[in-house]
Amino acid sequence: MTPLLSVRDLKVRYPVRGALAAALTGEGTHIEAVSGVSFSIARGETLALVGESGSGKTTVARTIAGLVKAHSGSVLFEGEELTRLGAGALKAVRRQMAIIFQDPVGSLSPRLRVGSILAEPFLVHGLGITPAKIDRLLDLVGLPKEMAERYPHQLSGGQARRINVARAIALEPKLLIADEPTAGLDVSVQGEVLNLLNELRERLGISMLIITHNLHVVRHISGRMAIMYLGRIVESGPTLRLFAQPRHPYTAALLSASPRPDPDDLPQRLEIVGEIPSLFRRPSGCEFHTRCPFAREKCRFEPPAATAPASGEFFTCHFPLNAIQDDGRARP
Amino acid sequence: MEPALSIGGLSVAFATPHGALKPLRDVSLEVRKGEIVGIVGESGCGKSTLLNAIMGLLPANGRIVEGRIALGGTDLIGLGERALDAIRGDRMSVVFQDPMTTLNPVLRIGRQMSDIQYRRQLTGSNKKARSLAMLARVGVPDPAQRMAQYPHELSGGMRQRVAIAMAMLAEPELLIADEPTTALDATLEIQIVRLLKDLQKNTGCSILFISHHLGLIAELCESVAVMYAGEIVERGSVRDIFHRPAHPYTKRLLDCDPARIAGPTARLPTIPGDVPNLVAIPPGCIFTDRCPSAFTPCPGMKPAQRRVAEGHVAACHLLTATLPNDATVIGSRS
Amino acid sequence: MSVQASDSAVALGRAPGWTAVSRGFADPLGRLGLALVLLLLLTAVFADVISAYEPTKMLPRDRFLGPSYEHLLGTDQLGRDLFSRMLHGGRVALMVAFPAIGISLALGIFFGLASGYAPKWLDNALLLLFDAIRSFPTVMLALALATIIGPSLQTVVVVVILFSAPAYARIIRTQTLALRSAEFVLASVATGASIWRVLGVHVLPNIIGPILILVSMDLPVVITTEAGMSFLGLGVRPPTPSWGSILNDGYSFIRESPWLAIAGGLPIIITTIGFTFLGEALRDAYDPKLRKDG
Repeated sequence: MTPLLSVRDLKVRYPVRGALAAALTGEGTHIEAVSGVSFSIARGETLALVGESGSGKTTVARTIAGLVKAHSGSVLFEGEELTRLGAGALKAVRRQMAIIFQDPVGSLSPRLRVGSILAEPFLVHGLGITPAKIDRLLDLVGLPKEMAERYPHQLSGGQARRINVARAIALEPKLLIADEPTAGLDVSVQGEVLNLLNELRERLGISMLIITHNLHVVRHISGRMAIMYLGRIVESGPTLRLFAQPRHPYTAALLSASPRPDPDDLPQRLEIVGEIPSLFRRPSGCEFHTRCPFAREKCRFEPPAATAPASGEFFTCHFPLNAIQDDGRARP
Repeated sequence: MEPALSIGGLSVAFATPHGALKPLRDVSLEVRKGEIVGIVGESGCGKSTLLNAIMGLLPANGRIVEGRIALGGTDLIGLGERALDAIRGDRMSVVFQDPMTTLNPVLRIGRQMSDIQYRRQLTGSNKKARSLAMLARVGVPDPAQRMAQYPHELSGGMRQRVAIAMAMLAEPELLIADEPTTALDATLEIQIVRLLKDLQKNTGCSILFISHHLGLIAELCESVAVMYAGEIVERGSVRDIFHRPAHPYTKRLLDCDPARIAGPTARLPTIPGDVPNLVAIPPGCIFTDRCPSAFTPCPGMKPAQRRVAEGHVAACHLLTATLPNDATVIGSRS
Repeated sequence: MSVQASDSAVALGRAPGWTAVSRGFADPLGRLGLALVLLLLLTAVFADVISAYEPTKMLPRDRFLGPSYEHLLGTDQLGRDLFSRMLHGGRVALMVAFPAIGISLALGIFFGLASGYAPKWLDNALLLLFDAIRSFPTVMLALALATIIGPSLQTVVVVVILFSAPAYARIIRTQTLALRSAEFVLASVATGASIWRVLGVHVLPNIIGPILILVSMDLPVVITTEAGMSFLGLGVRPPTPSWGSILNDGYSFIRESPWLAIAGGLPIIITTIGFTFLGEALRDAYDPKLRKDG
C-alpha cells in the first residue's frame, strides 16, 4: 500500500548573503536548514517530528505544505510530486492537506470574525458555505455556535487553537500538519487540543504530522516519532520503543532533559555540553559529536550511515546506546 | 532570622473602565534566607502582577490596596521611588523570560556588565575582572571574547546566562527569576536550572522562581506556592505539593501534566472552563466553577487558609475537620 | 492576554480598529478637528446656497470694501464678494484634494502591495521607480509640468499624485513586507487562496488603518500645495477662486485691503488645523489600542 506522504532526501536552503559577501567571509551563500530528510506516513497514521530550535522541523512542515521551496529531494503526496507542481495543481493538493501554525491567535486574521475565517477554505475552493456548515465545524471542535461572531483577539489561547483545528479540517483533508499544537497553552488546557486531535484521527481517519519539542506530548498523540538535529533525522521509530530504548545519544539526552514533575524522580541526566551549533558552521563528521558525551575520534571525521535495525526504525550513530544500565545511565 | 522576602495579605487593584480589577487578593508568601521558593501558576493567575508589585513597578492605574511587602527587614510599600531604585538591582535582582529585551542590543556585553556595577566604587578594570569571573561562574565559555560581543551575536541560552550573571553581580539578597527558561530549549532549560541551583548553594542568596513548568519547579525549588486567579491556593514544601496536594486545583493541575501520566492515553485530563472574571469577584471560593469537588459552602463562603500539615496550607473547604450534614457535591466534572 | 482585555473586548464586540475610531472622537482635539473638517465639507458643498453673491460677479463700484452685512468679508480688487470666493475656493480645494489623494492612494496601494509581495527583482525595480520620481524637487517639477500641459486644476492634481503615490507606495510596501510572513497570511496561502484574496482580504485591511490616518494628515498638505501652486500662477486660472489665488491677490493688494489676504489665508489655516488634529487624534487612539487590546 503506497503511503499517503513520502518524503525522500529533502533539502531546503535559505539564502543568507550575496556572492560577494560570501567570497569575502569565506562562508557559503546559503544555510541548509533541512539536509536530507526522509520519512513516510501511511494513511491514518501519525508521525511526530521532534527537535529543538534549529533542527529544521518547522521548515520540513512548511515545505510539505508548499509554503517553502525545496532545494532538492522529493515530496510525494498521494503519488504526486509536490516539489514540481504548478500553482493550479498545487491548489487542488492543498484541499487534501492542512497545516496548523504555532501561534494560535496569530494564525487568525485579526479583522475577520471567526465565521469568515472558517468560511475561507470553502470559498477558496469554490464550495458553497452555509451557516450550518460553520456550526457543524464549531461543534466538531467542541465550541458553541456563538463563537462564529467573535474576533480573534477575543479568544483565549485554547479557543483559538480549536478554531485553527476547525479551519484545518473544514475540507476533510487527508493529512493534517500541526506545528507545536500545545505551544503557548497552559498545562490544564493542552489536553483539550491533544484529545481533540486524537478524536479527529479516530473519527475521520486523518493522518497527522505533529511537530513538537515536547516529548511528553508525543507519547500521548503519536505512535511513531523521528528526532531531528541540525536538519537531519538522527533516529526514528515507534514512540514507545524510543522512549524505552533510545539508540542515539541525542534521543537519550532529550528524554532525560525533560524534568519530571516529581521532586524525587530525578533521572540520571545524560549530560550534553554546550549549545546547538550554528547552521553556518556545521560540525564535521557526525554533527552531534561536539556535544556528545560518547564521541570518539571516528565521530569527528566520518558521518555515520543510517542503520535500520527493524522495519520503520533507523538511526545514524557510530556507537549507538545498547541498553539502559541499572543506574539509569545509558551507555554504548 | 528575618526572611529574605515577606509578603503579607497583599491585595492589588487596577482601575479600569469596567470597574476595579483585582489581580491579587490577600497573597501571603515568605522566602527564607537562602531558600528557593517556586510560584506555580498558569496564565491569568497574577504572577506578573505579583512580581511588579514586589518591584514597585505597577502600572499607573494599579495600586496596592493593602498588605505588606518586606525585603529583609525593609518595608517596600511605603518607600519612595528613590529608595526603591536603590534597592532594585542591588538587594533584589530579576531575571526575565526574554533575554533579548533584558540586554541592550546596541551595547557590548562587557559594557553592560560594567554599567550595572555603577553603585560600587570600583575601578573600571576591577569591574571588568568581576564581570569575567561571574561569566565564568555561570558557565559562559570564552568570557573575554563574549564581553566584546553584542547580544545578538550570542545564542538565547548564552544571553540568559549573561542576564543571570548581571543579576548576580549585584550580590542580591533575593534573586527573582520570572519564567527564565520558557524561551529556551529543553536541553538548555536544565542547564539553567542547574546553574541557579549551584549559584544559590555557593552564594546563599534566596531565589523566587516563577514558572508554569511543573517539572522545573519540582527539580529546583524547596517550597512551592500555587497561584490561581490572583490567590495563593496552596503552599508547602515541594514534596507536600507534588506528593500530597491538598487543593483540588493543585491536584487537577498535576493530573493534567502529560509527563506525570504513566501510559500513553488518548484522553488526557484537562481543567474545563476559564479563569473567572477578575472584576466581579464571586463571593465564595474562586475555583468553585471549575472544581470537581465543589459542594455547598463553596460558592458562598471564601475558604480560609487551613493547615494540612506542618508548613503546608491550602485554602479549601474540604479541609475542614467536619463537613456539615447538608453538604452536597455541586459539580462533578471528571 | 489579560482577563481584563478579553472581557472588555467581548463587551465591545467590535472589530479592532473601530474602537480606535470611537476613541479618537472622544479626544477633545479630535472632536475639534472633526468639527472643522465637517465645516469645510459642508460649506464647500453648499457654497452656492450660503453665499449671496456669485464668486465671479464683479461690482466695480464696490472695490476693497471692508466687512459689512452685505459682504461678510468685504470685496476684492474687482468688487467680488470675498466670502463667497472663500467658500467656492473650498470647493476647488476639495476638488483637488480628494481626487489627488484618492488616485495617489489607489496607485500607492497597487504598487506598494505589488512591491511588498513580489520577488526581489521586481521589488528592486519598483523601488528604483519610486525613488527616481521622489528625487525631483517639487517646485521644479510643478513648474515643468505647468509649462508642458498648462496651468490648471488638473496640473495640480497630477503634481500631487506624482509626489504622494510613491510615498504611499513605500509605506504600504513596508507594511506588506512585514505581514508577508505573518502566520495568518501563511495560513491563507496554505489553504490555497489566490494572491488577490490574500492581499485583498488579509493584508490590505490590516495595513490600511495607519495609512488612512496618514492620508488624513496629508490632506492639508495637498491643499497647501494647491494654494502654493495657484499662488505662483501654476494652478487654477482666474477668475476661478482658489484660496491660493485669493492669497496671491491679497499679497499684491495688501495696502488697499487686508481682507483679501485673510479670505485666502484663514481657510487654509483652519483646514490644516482641522485635518491635523483629526489625524493625530486617530493616530494616537489607534496605536495604543493596537498594543493593548485592540
